[in-house]
Amino acid sequence: MSGAEGIGASVRRKEDRRFLLGKGRYTDDIVLPDQSYAVFVRSPYAHAGITSIDTRAACEMPGVLAVLTGKDTVDAGLGGVPCGWLVKNKDGSNMVEPPHPSLAVDVARHVGDPVAMVIATSKAAARAAATAVAVDYDVRPAAGNLDTATAPGAPLVWDAAPGNICFDWHIGDPATTDAAFAKAAHVVEIELTNSRVAPNAMEPRAANGHFEASNDQYTLYTTSQNPHLTRLLLAAFTLHVPEHKLRVVAPDVGGGFGSKIFHYAEELLVLWASKKVGRPVKWTSERMEAFVTDAHGRDHHSKAQLAVDANGKFIGLRVATLANMGAYLSTFAPAVPTYLYATLLSGPYDFPAIYAEVKAIFTNTVAVDAYRGAGRPEAAYLLERLVDKAARQLGIDRIELRRKNLIQPSQFPYQTQVALQYDIGDYQATLDMALERNDHAHYEQRRQASAKRGKLRGFGISTYIEACGIAPSALVGALGARAGLYEAANVRVHPTGSVTVFTGTHSHGQGHETTFAQLIAERLGVSIQNVEIVHGDTDRIPFGMGTYGSRSAAVGGSAIVKALDKIVDKGKKIAAHLLEASVADIEFKDGQYRVVGTDRVKAFGEVAFAAYVPHNYPIDTVEPGLDESAFYDPKNFTFPGGTHLVEVEIDPDTGVVEVVDVTIADDVGVIINPMIVDGQAHGGLAQGIGQALYEEAVYDSEGQLANDSYLTYTMPRAADLPMFKVGNHVTACTHNPLGVKGVGETGAIGVPPAVIGAVLDALAPLGVTDISMPATPEKVWRAIQAAKAATGKKA
Amino acid sequence: MKDFVFHRPSTVAEAVAMLKARDDGKFLAGGQSLLPVLKLELAEPTDVISLAGVPGLRDIRVDGDRVIIGASCTHDQVARSAEVKAHLPALAALAHHIGDAQVRNRGTIGGSVAHADPAADYPAALIALGATIKTDRRTIAADDFFTGLFATALERDELIVAVHFPKATRAAYAKFAHRASKYAVVGVMVAETAAGVRVAVTGAAGVVFRVPAMEAALSKAFSASSLDGITVATDDLNSDSEASAEYRAHLIGVMAKRAVQACA
Repeated sequence: MSGAEGIGASVRRKEDRRFLLGKGRYTDDIVLPDQSYAVFVRSPYAHAGITSIDTRAACEMPGVLAVLTGKDTVDAGLGGVPCGWLVKNKDGSNMVEPPHPSLAVDVARHVGDPVAMVIATSKAAARAAATAVAVDYDVRPAAGNLDTATAPGAPLVWDAAPGNICFDWHIGDPATTDAAFAKAAHVVEIELTNSRVAPNAMEPRAANGHFEASNDQYTLYTTSQNPHLTRLLLAAFTLHVPEHKLRVVAPDVGGGFGSKIFHYAEELLVLWASKKVGRPVKWTSERMEAFVTDAHGRDHHSKAQLAVDANGKFIGLRVATLANMGAYLSTFAPAVPTYLYATLLSGPYDFPAIYAEVKAIFTNTVAVDAYRGAGRPEAAYLLERLVDKAARQLGIDRIELRRKNLIQPSQFPYQTQVALQYDIGDYQATLDMALERNDHAHYEQRRQASAKRGKLRGFGISTYIEACGIAPSALVGALGARAGLYEAANVRVHPTGSVTVFTGTHSHGQGHETTFAQLIAERLGVSIQNVEIVHGDTDRIPFGMGTYGSRSAAVGGSAIVKALDKIVDKGKKIAAHLLEASVADIEFKDGQYRVVGTDRVKAFGEVAFAAYVPHNYPIDTVEPGLDESAFYDPKNFTFPGGTHLVEVEIDPDTGVVEVVDVTIADDVGVIINPMIVDGQAHGGLAQGIGQALYEEAVYDSEGQLANDSYLTYTMPRAADLPMFKVGNHVTACTHNPLGVKGVGETGAIGVPPAVIGAVLDALAPLGVTDISMPATPEKVWRAIQAAKAATGKKA
Repeated sequence: MKDFVFHRPSTVAEAVAMLKARDDGKFLAGGQSLLPVLKLELAEPTDVISLAGVPGLRDIRVDGDRVIIGASCTHDQVARSAEVKAHLPALAALAHHIGDAQVRNRGTIGGSVAHADPAADYPAALIALGATIKTDRRTIAADDFFTGLFATALERDELIVAVHFPKATRAAYAKFAHRASKYAVVGVMVAETAAGVRVAVTGAAGVVFRVPAMEAALSKAFSASSLDGITVATDDLNSDSEASAEYRAHLIGVMAKRAVQACA
């Protein structure tokens, strides 16, 4: 089809009507009969023994149904929250995998660690009673951030983890890398921090658990990106209730950015408590609670060295990274700084030798796990900052140095030195497109115009790559994943030709209800108005692994296509019968089955009707009905990439950085809905610029989060951002049926180093050579003052 | 938020009497400061007395050499007022940059002034312009009004009814906003009125303050270059994650110059 609604059409999002009218149905909107409410008592200390918990006064307060503590969870035999990925140390031994009790038992290990759960008939009653729970804490020294946790003699988060080391892992070949450095003409070194950020989804997390005694059935409504995974973990690890007695529903979810992938203790606790109190139990996070309980992102400290030959060709890369895990291992935490980070360190460049070491560190902070990009932004930031530094040190233009080292189109499939094999890309094409659309040729005029207005203008560039749709299952299993990473789909054609698609992915802002409907329009010729996409309910959808890592189109979409292929094939058999032709002579195109080369056709709707009213039907060989399922396990990751260009203006008097131009050219593979792809790019860019200039979750050495509200934690606002110029150059993914790659994270991955590169470019004439994220006004102003002072001394 | 008794009096006298009769009552104007405080349970008043039904507090008028702004005028109202734009354009511009649109549509000048947040914008205008605060019982000079961090000369049950601003020969406000909260990290109002030149700084310390050295320099020659070399001691300045005292001291100089330039 293509055309008005198929692949490539910028149709408006079907779901937006209900969102714009305030008719979305979120977890907190769900109020069940006899609803009760939970509020958690949380540790105000980063590290403290729990000497005693006195719940008597709270229990006596009006409306209180129960007050539960860690001891109750132990007595009930509840499982701890599991980690979904096992990483091994360099010596082959397993990482340290400490317990993660759903309510802290004996020790609280971060600010926000839940210590008691109060359930009452109203939220106000639960809140009031929570303040009456008396907890005696024995405050201990805390490993409050990466610096304090790695200092000699640091307080230990876990006795079982000396030095607070969770694992000490590596990838690549140290010998060939050493050899490369031995013959290098130039060695460029960098040390930098990838700042910690809080996810800040617009909708805070919430969970409503309901146990129905009549049939021993548990239902959980939750803010999840992957309800089936949550059900699997509840069944196998935490609640110990089999899946056929457990339904997990993730209704409309207001953004996740990774933070709603993970199985959180609150999900388990509301289900367990519901059975205990005999009423549904709902918990809704408050914003300040979210700051200290949602898994955070990034928080790396790295040292890297780049070996360059006399011609400016990269010949080796060495990286040593410390990655903050927080106090407990969240669901995918160990995978983020390893298989989603170090495997991306080749970037879009041809590197003959790479060696990377990653030490994961426990700290007395909330967990760190996947956040939009998850490992890949950390890799891109390190590599692009290093390449920029190399360009300055070697006196080569930043663009030319990149051109010299980009993998050439003829080199695909390209095997990196860090496990991944890139199937396809054209990094020169996206670089050229971005430079042209940015009108880079006239940059110098813009810089001079800024200078006339007293502003320092800077230009930044990032040529990045990322990996989406983490797969295949066998490979990730070998690397330590405790789950498969396929996707499932069920396409149900109804008798009158409308279609319901059940997908195991989950939409929480991505627009699946439109994008996937377009696949049906494309393949079956059915209008998207006659297609319903169902997601987020384990009782309705066969199975699924959910949405993260930009996998929905590449993996979930491919599963839908596989099911559609089965539908089309079955329809051919029915059509052949109706048209009295052989199946081999039937073609399906534009919603019609046709005897090849004739005008004898049956519309798809007629075939669907025949499948359900099989009066004239090949009943001996074809079953009635038109309803097909498929599971799709990808052969490889997909590899989007591109070039992000940023121009900034800096006010030298105040240090304020204004982003004045963002021009990007991405290759995200085949594009199903260009408007949605642009929207994903915009959102990712806003988050990436947010990290580069505004956001940072600052834990002090005591493990207190210094900025836990919007009074002090700066989110990027629309007014802070310029109009983004987004271009796309398509090379189709070679191993999935749609040729799609993924777009959800590209902006957040590619743009931070371009922003910082632009800031450093603007400040370079003053002698500034380094600045950390976020580049706040005071930080920039101080860098200018320090550079001026240094120049003054020299002069 | 804890439960409280909500009152909606219809006159100033009734409002004041209601508060007087309660041990722990609070006036509610636009609610942009009080409601967050209630939600966080940092204040738990037994009684909240809304001023929404009190007539006569939302008028803006010009009286001779003064612009009189009713206490319940919203920031948006001040920003859009033809009278304020005509006679005190700097004040209209200041109001236009308070918080965001939602805050400006609800927040009021009386509420802001009574709350005396050290990072609020209005105190700089009141001090620089030499305003007077009219309450239900007396008139207080702005110079005597702001006594400290969230502290004012108001008695417990005293209600602001209007703020009287003298017209200015020239005035401008330059603000360096906190990137998260949009409050002033440093806000400098420079104004020349019949009483002379004043420079008032908000956001930088626990309470709004004047910079006499800058006032003296500008009185001699009203130009940005007159401020060259004038520094503000960092001793009493705020230092927080957004801006150190040293940076704030620097910003006072920059913002003062920008305000002077904007006066032209």
